Amino acid sequence: MADIDVKVSSWKLVEVGRLVLIRSGPFEGKLAAIVEIVDHRRVLVDGPSTEEQKIVPRHVLPLAHATLTHFTIPQLPRAAGTGPVKKLWAKNEIDGKWAKSSFAQRSERSERRKNLSDFERFKVLRLRKQARYEVQKSHAKARAANKS
Amino acid sequence: MTDGFPGRLTEYQVIGRHLPNEANPTPKLYRMRIFAPNTVVAKSRFWYFMAQLRKLKKANGEIVSLNVIEEKRPLKVKNFGIWIRYDSRSGTHNMYKEFREMSRTDAVEALYQDMAARHRSRFGSIHILKVVEIDNNDSIRRPYIKQLLQKDLKFPLPHRAGGKVGKKVFAYSRPSTFA
Repeated sequence: MADIDVKVSSWKLVEVGRLVLIRSGPFEGKLAAIVEIVDHRRVLVDGPSTEEQKIVPRHVLPLAHATLTHFTIPQLPRAAGTGPVKKLWAKNEIDGKWAKSSFAQRSERSERRKNLSDFERFKVLRLRKQARYEVQKSHAKARAANKS
Repeated sequence: MTDGFPGRLTEYQVIGRHLPNEANPTPKLYRMRIFAPNTVVAKSRFWYFMAQLRKLKKANGEIVSLNVIEEKRPLKVKNFGIWIRYDSRSGTHNMYKEFREMSRTDAVEALYQDMAARHRSRFGSIHILKVVEIDNNDSIRRPYIKQLLQKDLKFPLPHRAGGKVGKKVFAYSRPSTFA
């Protein structure tokens, strides 16, 4: 029999230090760290971000309102206060890491697109056309080179 | 509750006494901690329990003071043990239950929900005897709370349905539940 390599799927876990994205409620779209697990449906979260408008105060969050992210604050002690969480948050550069993630970039872009003026939307249209034209041009060139 | 909205219940301290008379110008004060949705219910429950315990009722007594007991540390997760007595359809039972909540009122709210769910019992048929915060994890008795206290607790969230935003009645592909 052939050796079958069974890999254990790597679940994102609900654990102390895990960063969650809040998907509904007053802090929708913000990032917070799990500080303590209340039970299998609720966690205590705290999001002492370095940016003023991204701060999430310490509160109980139902896991149904959260999405787990790949990021964790390793070695966050259980039930740590906001001060230590803030320190470790800054030390692990959570805000920077999150801003680089594809989800954050996508949501930022869609947010910016939503707030464009009519003229700016027109500029986007023109620029996308230009970009598409360049892509198609090089594509056609490559195709012609392949044929001969 | 922690998010700024008042919960269903509040904890009140109610102090009452017998009306002073010539025979006893300084009657004994009685104090109770009562969980109730408002002050009217709190006073009513005070007289209900008082009449059961002493020869004292609203007609011959007075409420001396009534104030709200606030949670000391509402941002800390605590384990509570609650002793209750409740009247089922067939008899009276004593019970002990444990809850993991942020405050005493949250624990009592969870208790009423739990009793309503498991035993179909109403507010009026439950007497809360004692609510105690359990600091020592070794004295937790119930396995459903004990399992949450193990070291380095972690678990996945398998099989999750997506949000309802932008959802149509019919989908052309099966939803992804792996997140």
